[in-house]
Amino acid sequence: MSLNEEVELLRSIPLFANIEPSKLKLLAFTSERLAFQEGQSLFHQGDMGDAAYLVVDGTADVVIEGPDGAKLTVAQIGRNAFVGEIAILCDVPRTATITATSKLDTLRISKDLFFRLVNEFPTMAVEIMRELARRQEQSNLQLTEANRRLRELETAGA
Amino acid sequence: MEKTIFGYVWRFSRRQQITMTLMSAASLPFLYLFYEVPKTIINQAIQGLDVTYPLNLAEKLTFSVLGIKIPLLGPFDLVVGQTPYLFLLCGLFLLLVGVNQGFKYVINVYKGLTGERMLRRLRFELYSRVLRFPLPTFRKMSQGEIIPMITAEVEPLGGFIGDAFSLPAFQGGYLATILAFLFLQDWRMASAAVALYPLQLWLIPKLQRKVNLLGKERVARVRRLSDKIGETVQGVQETHAHDTSNFVLTDFSNQLFWIYGVRERIYRQKFVIKFLNNSIQQLGPFCFYSIGGYFVITGDLAIGTLVAAIAAHKDLASPWKDLLAYYQMQADATIKYDQVVSQFGPAGMRGPEYQLTEPDDQDALSGELTASNLTLIDDQEVPVVDGVSLRLSLDKRYAIVGAGGSGKDELTLLLARLLDPSNGNINLGGRDAASLPEAVTGRRIVHVGAAAFVFAGSIADNLFLGLKHRPLRPAEHDEAGAKHRAVYVDEARRSGNMDYDPDADWIDYAAAGADDAAALRPAGLKALSQIGMGDEIYQFGLRGTIDPQARPDLAAAILRARVGLRQHMAADPDLLVLVEGFDAAAYNLNASVGENLMFGNPVGNAFDVEHLAEHPYVLDVLAQVGLTEQFLSVGFQVASTMVELFADLPPDHELFQQFSFISAEELPDIQALLQRSDRANLAALPDEDRAQLMSLPFKVIPARHRLGVVDDDLQSKLLEARRYFAANLPDELRSAVEFFDVEQYNASANIQDNILFGKVAYGQAQAVDRVGALISAVIAELDLHEVVAEVGLSFEVGIAGSRLSTAQRQKLALARALVKRPDILILSETTTSLDSASQATIMEALLAEFEGRCLIWSVQRASMAAGFDEVLVMRQGRLMERGAYADLSERNDHVRELLASE
Repeated sequence: MSLNEEVELLRSIPLFANIEPSKLKLLAFTSERLAFQEGQSLFHQGDMGDAAYLVVDGTADVVIEGPDGAKLTVAQIGRNAFVGEIAILCDVPRTATITATSKLDTLRISKDLFFRLVNEFPTMAVEIMRELARRQEQSNLQLTEANRRLRELETAGA
Repeated sequence: MEKTIFGYVWRFSRRQQITMTLMSAASLPFLYLFYEVPKTIINQAIQGLDVTYPLNLAEKLTFSVLGIKIPLLGPFDLVVGQTPYLFLLCGLFLLLVGVNQGFKYVINVYKGLTGERMLRRLRFELYSRVLRFPLPTFRKMSQGEIIPMITAEVEPLGGFIGDAFSLPAFQGGYLATILAFLFLQDWRMASAAVALYPLQLWLIPKLQRKVNLLGKERVARVRRLSDKIGETVQGVQETHAHDTSNFVLTDFSNQLFWIYGVRERIYRQKFVIKFLNNSIQQLGPFCFYSIGGYFVITGDLAIGTLVAAIAAHKDLASPWKDLLAYYQMQADATIKYDQVVSQFGPAGMRGPEYQLTEPDDQDALSGELTASNLTLIDDQEVPVVDGVSLRLSLDKRYAIVGAGGSGKDELTLLLARLLDPSNGNINLGGRDAASLPEAVTGRRIVHVGAAAFVFAGSIADNLFLGLKHRPLRPAEHDEAGAKHRAVYVDEARRSGNMDYDPDADWIDYAAAGADDAAALRPAGLKALSQIGMGDEIYQFGLRGTIDPQARPDLAAAILRARVGLRQHMAADPDLLVLVEGFDAAAYNLNASVGENLMFGNPVGNAFDVEHLAEHPYVLDVLAQVGLTEQFLSVGFQVASTMVELFADLPPDHELFQQFSFISAEELPDIQALLQRSDRANLAALPDEDRAQLMSLPFKVIPARHRLGVVDDDLQSKLLEARRYFAANLPDELRSAVEFFDVEQYNASANIQDNILFGKVAYGQAQAVDRVGALISAVIAELDLHEVVAEVGLSFEVGIAGSRLSTAQRQKLALARALVKRPDILILSETTTSLDSASQATIMEALLAEFEGRCLIWSVQRASMAAGFDEVLVMRQGRLMERGAYADLSERNDHVRELLASE
């Protein structure tokens, strides 16, 4: 897998979709390719996040541990999944544990590097802002929708 | 030391001084003849004045002394004509040239050697005094002052010492001879020639005294300057941290100004002296011309006498000048000597016997350590330790607690005999400690302070330093070495230096409980692991290198580990992906192209990875396997990618340093190069451009960089190049590369790389940690942990241990104390710089180690005293109370206070 392929993969991630290919190439070149064996974890719930991972190949489970210690697999991810990105945007602990369920090939984008590039190229920051705003908008819509349904249920119940 | 330099010179080089003076005197007749012969050649041999030919030399060379005739040629007659006489005299002249120069050579060498030996003696004396200074002296005297005194300031003394007696004797004798001769000729004329000498003798010393004072001031100021420089070097971090560079520079500038001022005054005065000197010297001819001329006119003086007087005055000028110069030189030397020597005799200095005495009995101390009325008054007249009397049993462990400034630190220094008490005394196992030489106190007692010093050298050098008291086993010298050693001893004795053999084996193995060097290392490692430094040493060992020729056993053990690692990996496919082993027949994707081509480590600079593309042999190899074009094209691709990736970044961006193949400075050049080159016809580029492109592919590591430029075809060609490179390597380059050979230990690689024999794969999660764990497992399996740790002992600690952390330095100092198994171990806040976990480990280990032995530990926190046999409470310099910890922490208010304040 060469740089160019990694760039294509990165472009398919909405967060990076509108960023110039040459910047994505720099991001890819300076990022580390990291392979995990089946059963190895990318990160654990509660850790401070230092990197996001783009899944290049393989599958993994997203597991959330409840306050009672019960483990719940909430999702399975595969090629093209982009996980842990919240951690490189703001300082929050990991909200889930991700464990490889096959040989897993990833591109590790460290928070440090990501911020250095965003600092250097304001256009990149603007694109990311747009993407985040879009997500916010989407979340708002979902919230409104959820509220509406909740009210419906409440009225139906009453 | 002698009060004056003449006293010093006379005491230590009397014989040499007399010899030199005699030699100088012996040279005088020949010097006289040397001036006499030319006169005879011109007057007699050439002009034939006062002589008739043929000449009977036997008659001419017969002198009559007190009426007795002494024929120099004996009973023989030698009759010569004018021409043979001329050649005979010329031959004599040539002979005298040789004799005179020979005298000069011998005297000068003798003078030089005498001066140098005396200088060596003086330096050694000063240095050995530094070692006997009482510790508080170093609070007032910095190394910046001491260093120039021993090095630069005494240097000119060596030159002076050679001349100290012989020059005035010789030149004085010379002057006296001429004067005597002159007075015999004509007393009035002679008096006239020296008439102004008394004026000079009166005036010059007067002026010189001023210069001397200035000279003293200059020496003191330069000393302060070097003190300042030393301080700057030590505190440079603070200077940057607080932006005080300008302040420091201004201060320095100010000091330089004062030195300049003193220098200026010295120059003015010095040249005034010179001016007066020369003027007075010229007053002589003035008197001759005027007064003498007048008498000639009046007929009271023959013109011949006047001319002779002028000539005689000229002859006198040279020795007189030399004597005056000598006077200035001796004044200068006297000041330097005074100034240096006065600094090297501080009050309370211990005698040389304290350092040199080797006691007959080396028995362990036993019984009790008692101190009575121990008092230490500091330089501000404050009693820091005030009348402490105590009795400690040498088989118990004591903690000293107290607040800062309670005198507990000073008490430990007093007990260790590092400080002399102002009052009171210490008795060690029945012997008065004040009478004990360092050979007893420094071997049976060890003190480790809060910031122990680590010397440049290896860990082992530092660890076993405390075992080096005297050379114990002579070094084995070959014939040349033995000769050299004999000269060494002879020279050392001539200048009062120490004649011990620095190459001898100084280590006292027995003190460490070992029989020989081989048994000592485990003892050292044990001490290191006791204070919790074992793992660090092991890690140093993994990164260390060994010489397989010197330690074939180690090399073989490492090779066993290499095999062991391979077996582990072969058994577990999960591990297999972590390391890509070196295989002569396979391309290694985790190694750079350069490494793949050489398939070995460069030794020296010839095949330095940065400059591989410039090496003619490498270029030749590439050409031979037809890779040149491909390399150019790969270089072009790499360059284009780098320009694309990095061109938009500012030049100082750290990504350049971390990731780019091309430095920010080179980038514009490469950009221009790419623009002017035609991708299809790279071969046509000028040489420099080609070299620049060719250099890039060597750095590519396919697994890491993922540039997609090292395809299968290139890999197979590189394998071919690898074979060609090895097969055709010219003999003179054989030593420049050490090939990877699975059967051989690679001396240029560290131990870890030798075990690994490959590259840790890029892009495998936690590969480094897992490989580290795997190597540790293999090493444990083969029982090589100690072997690797031994290599770690050779780790170089850097200047003052700067390559170690503060904590590591402190631990090393503690291990150094443990290795020599002292009867009394005295610690003073030794673990302050360590984290609390290490503190606890060390405390536990030491308490266990010193069960039934004597440990005196001034602890930084009162709660640390819990595990000791007994606790001493210090307050304001006084021993307040002593007892068991449990008791004191209940009962003693001060201890409770200390505990509460933690």
